[in-house]
Amino acid sequence: MAIELHPLEQFTIARIVPIHIGGLDLSYTNAALVMTIAVVLVTVLTVVATRSAALVPGRWQSVAEMLYEFVADMVDTNIGHGERRFFPFVFTLFTFILFANLLGMIPYSYTTTSQIIVTFALAAVVFILVTTVGIVRHGFHFLSLFVPHGVPKLLLLLLVPIELLSYLIRPFTLSIRLFANMLAGHTMLAIFAGFAASLGILALFPTAINAMLIALEFLVAVLQAYVFAILTCLYLGEAIQLH
Amino acid sequence: MDVASAKLIGAGLACVALVGAGIGIGNVFSALINSVARNPAAQGQVQPFAFLGFALAEATGLFGLAIAFLILFVF
Repeated sequence: MAIELHPLEQFTIARIVPIHIGGLDLSYTNAALVMTIAVVLVTVLTVVATRSAALVPGRWQSVAEMLYEFVADMVDTNIGHGERRFFPFVFTLFTFILFANLLGMIPYSYTTTSQIIVTFALAAVVFILVTTVGIVRHGFHFLSLFVPHGVPKLLLLLLVPIELLSYLIRPFTLSIRLFANMLAGHTMLAIFAGFAASLGILALFPTAINAMLIALEFLVAVLQAYVFAILTCLYLGEAIQLH
Repeated sequence: MDVASAKLIGAGLACVALVGAGIGIGNVFSALINSVARNPAAQGQVQPFAFLGFALAEATGLFGLAIAFLILFVF
Protein backbone atom coordinates (compact mmCIF):
# COMPACT_ATOMS: atom_id res chain seq x y z
CA MET A 1 0.00 0.00 0.00
CA ALA A 2 1.86 2.99 -1.30
CA ILE A 3 0.17 6.13 -0.06
CA GLU A 4 1.70 9.18 -1.68
CA LEU A 5 2.94 11.70 0.82
CA HIS A 6 2.33 15.36 -0.02
CA PRO A 7 3.08 17.14 3.23
CA LEU A 8 3.31 20.57 1.59
CA GLU A 9 -0.05 20.29 -0.11
CA GLN A 10 -1.76 21.72 2.96
CA PHE A 11 -0.27 25.14 2.23
CA THR A 12 -1.77 25.61 -1.25
CA ILE A 13 -3.87 28.73 -1.58
CA ALA A 14 -7.38 28.19 -2.87
CA ARG A 15 -9.45 31.00 -4.33
CA ILE A 16 -12.87 31.10 -2.71
CA VAL A 17 -14.21 34.22 -4.45
CA PRO A 18 -12.27 35.02 -7.63
CA ILE A 19 -11.83 38.80 -8.00
CA HIS A 20 -9.75 40.14 -10.88
CA ILE A 21 -9.41 43.92 -11.11
CA GLY A 22 -7.35 45.35 -13.94
CA GLY A 23 -4.97 42.42 -14.29
CA LEU A 24 -4.44 42.08 -10.53
CA ASP A 25 -5.54 38.90 -8.80
CA LEU A 26 -7.32 40.15 -5.69
CA SER A 27 -9.28 36.97 -5.02
CA TYR A 28 -10.65 36.19 -1.61
CA THR A 29 -8.60 33.14 -0.67
CA ASN A 30 -8.71 30.61 2.15
CA ALA A 31 -5.87 32.52 3.82
CA ALA A 32 -8.00 35.68 3.75
CA LEU A 33 -10.96 33.71 5.12
CA VAL A 34 -8.97 32.52 8.14
CA MET A 35 -7.72 36.06 8.76
CA THR A 36 -11.30 37.34 8.66
CA ILE A 37 -12.43 34.65 11.09
CA ALA A 38 -9.56 35.49 13.44
CA VAL A 39 -10.49 39.18 13.46
CA VAL A 40 -14.18 38.39 13.98
CA LEU A 41 -13.41 36.04 16.86
CA VAL A 42 -11.15 38.53 18.61
CA THR A 43 -13.74 41.29 18.20
CA VAL A 44 -16.53 39.04 19.50
CA LEU A 45 -14.43 37.97 22.48
CA THR A 46 -13.42 41.45 23.55
CA VAL A 47 -16.71 43.25 22.80
CA VAL A 48 -19.33 40.72 23.80
CA ALA A 49 -17.49 39.32 26.80
CA THR A 50 -17.01 42.72 28.43
CA ARG A 51 -20.49 44.02 27.60
CA SER A 52 -21.90 43.28 31.05
CA ALA A 53 -18.82 44.86 32.67
CA ALA A 54 -19.49 43.14 35.99
CA LEU A 55 -17.23 44.03 38.90
CA VAL A 56 -16.77 40.32 39.62
CA PRO A 57 -16.13 38.98 36.13
CA GLY A 58 -17.77 35.90 34.66
CA ARG A 59 -15.77 33.38 32.65
CA TRP A 60 -15.59 35.11 29.27
CA GLN A 61 -14.99 38.49 30.83
CA SER A 62 -12.13 36.97 32.81
CA VAL A 63 -10.54 35.66 29.65
CA ALA A 64 -10.80 39.04 27.93
CA GLU A 65 -9.44 40.80 31.04
CA MET A 66 -6.54 38.35 31.33
CA LEU A 67 -5.60 38.95 27.70
CA TYR A 68 -5.78 42.70 28.26
CA GLU A 69 -3.72 42.61 31.45
CA PHE A 70 -1.12 40.33 29.94
CA VAL A 71 -0.47 42.65 27.01
CA ALA A 72 -0.76 45.80 29.14
CA ASP A 73 1.86 44.42 31.54
CA MET A 74 4.13 43.57 28.59
CA VAL A 75 3.77 47.08 27.16
CA ASP A 76 4.36 48.78 30.52
CA THR A 77 7.45 46.73 31.33
CA ASN A 78 9.17 46.90 27.99
CA ILE A 79 8.19 50.22 26.43
CA GLY A 80 7.92 52.26 29.58
CA HIS A 81 5.19 53.40 31.90
CA GLY A 82 4.08 56.46 30.00
CA GLU A 83 3.71 54.81 26.62
CA ARG A 84 0.21 53.38 26.77
CA ARG A 85 -0.45 54.78 23.31
CA PHE A 86 1.17 51.70 21.76
CA PHE A 87 -1.07 49.31 23.64
CA PRO A 88 -3.85 49.03 20.99
CA PHE A 89 -1.30 48.19 18.31
CA VAL A 90 0.50 45.54 20.37
CA PHE A 91 -2.80 44.07 21.59
CA THR A 92 -4.14 43.80 18.05
CA LEU A 93 -0.90 42.24 16.84
CA PHE A 94 -0.76 39.73 19.69
CA THR A 95 -4.38 38.60 19.53
CA PHE A 96 -4.43 38.46 15.72
CA ILE A 97 -1.33 36.26 15.54
CA LEU A 98 -2.53 34.15 18.48
CA PHE A 99 -5.94 33.47 16.94
CA ALA A 100 -4.52 32.97 13.44
CA ASN A 101 -2.03 30.40 14.79
CA LEU A 102 -4.66 28.61 16.86
CA LEU A 103 -7.17 28.54 14.00
CA GLY A 104 -4.52 26.75 11.94
CA MET A 105 -4.50 23.94 14.49
CA ILE A 106 -8.10 22.99 13.64
CA PRO A 107 -8.04 19.91 11.36
CA TYR A 108 -8.63 20.68 7.68
CA SER A 109 -8.29 24.41 8.35
CA TYR A 110 -5.64 26.70 6.89
CA THR A 111 -2.68 28.30 8.68
CA THR A 112 -2.44 31.89 7.44
CA THR A 113 0.74 32.65 9.34
CA SER A 114 2.54 29.90 7.40
CA GLN A 115 2.55 32.25 4.41
CA ILE A 116 5.67 34.40 4.33
CA ILE A 117 3.78 37.31 2.79
CA VAL A 118 1.36 37.48 5.74
CA THR A 119 4.08 37.43 8.37
CA PHE A 120 6.24 39.79 6.33
CA ALA A 121 3.39 42.29 6.10
CA LEU A 122 3.06 42.25 9.91
CA ALA A 123 6.83 42.49 10.45
CA ALA A 124 7.16 45.31 7.89
CA VAL A 125 4.48 47.32 9.71
CA VAL A 126 6.31 46.83 13.01
CA PHE A 127 9.68 47.82 11.50
CA ILE A 128 8.30 50.93 9.82
CA LEU A 129 6.48 51.91 13.01
CA VAL A 130 9.58 51.49 15.18
CA THR A 131 11.84 53.44 12.80
CA THR A 132 9.27 56.21 12.35
CA VAL A 133 8.69 56.54 16.10
CA GLY A 134 12.44 56.69 16.70
CA ILE A 135 13.07 59.30 14.03
CA VAL A 136 10.09 61.45 14.96
CA ARG A 137 10.99 61.42 18.63
CA HIS A 138 14.76 61.82 18.41
CA GLY A 139 15.48 63.18 14.94
CA PHE A 140 19.05 62.74 13.85
CA HIS A 141 20.02 61.54 17.31
CA PHE A 142 18.21 58.29 16.46
CA LEU A 143 21.42 57.13 14.75
CA SER A 144 23.11 56.94 18.16
CA LEU A 145 21.23 53.65 18.47
CA PHE A 146 23.91 52.07 16.28
CA VAL A 147 26.84 53.47 18.25
CA PRO A 148 27.14 51.51 21.50
CA HIS A 149 28.33 53.37 24.56
CA GLY A 150 31.91 53.09 25.86
CA VAL A 151 33.44 51.39 22.84
CA PRO A 152 37.01 52.34 21.67
CA LYS A 153 36.93 54.37 18.46
CA LEU A 154 38.77 51.80 16.34
CA LEU A 155 36.27 49.07 17.18
CA LEU A 156 33.41 51.35 16.14
CA LEU A 157 34.51 50.97 12.52
CA LEU A 158 33.63 47.29 12.74
CA LEU A 159 30.75 47.55 15.18
CA VAL A 160 28.57 50.19 13.56
CA PRO A 161 28.01 48.26 10.28
CA ILE A 162 27.24 45.13 12.31
CA GLU A 163 24.73 47.03 14.45
CA LEU A 164 23.20 48.60 11.36
CA LEU A 165 22.91 45.24 9.63
CA SER A 166 21.33 43.59 12.65
CA TYR A 167 18.80 46.45 12.80
CA LEU A 168 17.92 46.25 9.11
CA ILE A 169 17.52 42.48 9.30
CA ARG A 170 14.76 42.78 11.94
CA PRO A 171 11.69 42.65 9.67
CA PHE A 172 13.13 39.53 8.06
CA THR A 173 13.94 37.73 11.30
CA LEU A 174 10.55 38.65 12.79
CA SER A 175 8.67 37.34 9.79
CA ILE A 176 10.80 34.26 9.11
CA ARG A 177 10.71 33.22 12.78
CA LEU A 178 6.89 33.04 12.77
CA PHE A 179 6.62 31.67 9.23
CA ALA A 180 9.26 28.94 9.65
CA ASN A 181 7.83 27.82 13.00
CA MET A 182 4.34 27.43 11.56
CA LEU A 183 5.55 25.85 8.31
CA ALA A 184 7.90 23.38 10.00
CA GLY A 185 5.35 22.45 12.65
CA HIS A 186 2.50 21.72 10.28
CA THR A 187 4.76 19.95 7.78
CA MET A 188 6.01 17.67 10.54
CA LEU A 189 2.44 16.88 11.61
CA ALA A 190 1.53 16.03 8.01
CA ILE A 191 4.59 13.81 7.58
CA PHE A 192 3.92 11.79 10.72
CA ALA A 193 0.27 11.50 9.78
CA GLY A 194 1.42 10.16 6.42
CA PHE A 195 3.52 7.52 8.17
CA ALA A 196 0.55 6.54 10.29
CA ALA A 197 -1.67 6.29 7.21
CA SER A 198 0.70 3.98 5.35
CA LEU A 199 1.26 1.47 8.18
CA GLY A 200 -1.17 -1.13 9.51
CA ILE A 201 -1.16 -2.03 13.19
CA LEU A 202 2.19 -0.27 13.64
CA ALA A 203 0.44 3.04 12.99
CA LEU A 204 0.19 3.33 16.78
CA PHE A 205 3.72 4.71 17.07
CA PRO A 206 3.57 7.57 14.56
CA THR A 207 0.13 8.44 15.91
CA ALA A 208 1.42 8.66 19.48
CA ILE A 209 4.30 10.86 18.33
CA ASN A 210 1.84 12.95 16.35
CA ALA A 211 -0.32 13.45 19.44
CA MET A 212 2.70 14.78 21.35
CA LEU A 213 3.67 16.94 18.38
CA ILE A 214 0.18 18.44 18.27
CA ALA A 215 0.52 19.39 21.94
CA LEU A 216 3.90 20.97 21.13
CA GLU A 217 2.33 22.80 18.19
CA PHE A 218 -0.29 24.36 20.45
CA LEU A 219 2.50 25.57 22.72
CA VAL A 220 4.45 26.92 19.73
CA ALA A 221 1.33 28.68 18.40
CA VAL A 222 0.86 30.61 21.65
CA LEU A 223 4.58 31.11 22.21
CA GLN A 224 5.26 32.54 18.74
CA ALA A 225 2.45 35.07 19.18
CA TYR A 226 3.98 36.06 22.54
CA VAL A 227 7.49 36.31 21.06
CA PHE A 228 6.32 38.48 18.15
CA ALA A 229 4.51 40.83 20.54
CA ILE A 230 7.31 41.07 23.07
CA LEU A 231 9.94 41.68 20.41
CA THR A 232 7.74 44.47 19.05
CA CYS A 233 7.61 45.96 22.56
CA LEU A 234 11.38 45.59 22.99
CA TYR A 235 12.12 47.24 19.63
CA LEU A 236 9.72 50.09 20.42
CA GLY A 237 11.23 50.56 23.88
CA GLU A 238 14.71 50.62 22.37
CA ALA A 239 13.71 53.21 19.77
CA ILE A 240 12.10 55.44 22.40
CA GLN A 241 14.79 55.20 25.06
CA LEU A 242 17.76 54.73 22.69
CA HIS A 243 19.65 52.12 24.66
CA MET B 1 25.87 16.22 -10.77
CA ASP B 2 22.48 17.47 -11.94
CA VAL B 3 20.59 20.29 -10.28
CA ALA B 4 17.94 18.07 -8.68
CA SER B 5 20.50 15.97 -6.77
CA ALA B 6 22.44 19.06 -5.77
CA LYS B 7 19.24 20.58 -4.41
CA LEU B 8 18.56 17.54 -2.25
CA ILE B 9 22.12 17.50 -0.92
CA GLY B 10 21.96 21.25 -0.25
CA ALA B 11 18.67 20.93 1.61
CA GLY B 12 20.07 18.15 3.74
CA LEU B 13 23.19 20.13 4.57
CA ALA B 14 21.14 23.19 5.50
CA CYS B 15 19.40 21.16 8.19
CA VAL B 16 22.71 20.83 10.08
CA ALA B 17 21.78 24.27 11.50
CA LEU B 18 19.33 22.51 13.79
CA VAL B 19 22.30 21.19 15.82
CA GLY B 20 22.87 24.75 17.03
CA ALA B 21 19.18 25.08 17.85
CA GLY B 22 19.28 21.95 19.98
CA ILE B 23 22.34 23.07 21.92
CA GLY B 24 20.92 26.56 22.39
CA ILE B 25 17.57 25.35 23.70
CA GLY B 26 19.36 22.95 26.04
CA ASN B 27 21.44 25.84 27.36
CA VAL B 28 18.41 28.04 27.95
CA PHE B 29 16.46 25.50 29.93
CA SER B 30 19.53 24.33 31.81
CA ALA B 31 20.01 27.92 32.98
CA LEU B 32 16.33 28.10 33.94
CA ILE B 33 16.49 24.91 35.98
CA ASN B 34 19.70 26.01 37.66
CA SER B 35 18.37 29.40 38.61
CA VAL B 36 15.04 28.06 39.90
CA ALA B 37 16.91 25.40 41.90
CA ARG B 38 19.05 28.07 43.54
CA ASN B 39 16.23 30.51 44.15
CA PRO B 40 12.72 29.07 43.75
CA ALA B 41 11.13 32.41 44.53
CA ALA B 42 12.53 33.86 41.31
CA GLN B 43 10.63 31.46 39.09
CA GLY B 44 7.92 33.94 38.14
CA GLN B 45 10.47 36.49 37.01
CA VAL B 46 12.80 34.15 35.19
CA GLN B 47 10.29 32.00 33.32
CA PRO B 48 9.17 34.63 30.72
CA PHE B 49 12.82 35.12 29.79
CA ALA B 50 13.23 31.37 29.47
CA PHE B 51 10.35 31.12 27.02
CA LEU B 52 11.59 34.12 25.07
CA GLY B 53 15.08 32.62 24.91
CA PHE B 54 13.68 29.27 23.80
CA ALA B 55 11.71 30.87 20.98
CA LEU B 56 14.67 32.91 19.77
CA ALA B 57 17.04 29.92 19.86
CA GLU B 58 14.49 27.78 18.02
CA ALA B 59 14.02 30.54 15.46
CA THR B 60 17.71 30.53 14.58
CA GLY B 61 17.55 26.83 13.82
CA LEU B 62 14.43 27.34 11.78
CA PHE B 63 16.22 29.96 9.68
CA GLY B 64 18.37 27.04 8.51
CA LEU B 65 15.21 25.09 7.75
CA ALA B 66 13.86 28.07 5.79
CA ILE B 67 17.07 28.05 3.71
CA ALA B 68 16.54 24.34 3.08
CA PHE B 69 13.03 25.01 1.78
CA LEU B 70 14.38 27.92 -0.26
CA ILE B 71 16.92 25.65 -1.92
CA LEU B 72 14.38 22.93 -2.59
CA PHE B 73 11.50 24.94 -3.94
CA VAL B 74 12.71 28.27 -5.21
CA PHE B 75 15.91 27.43 -7.10
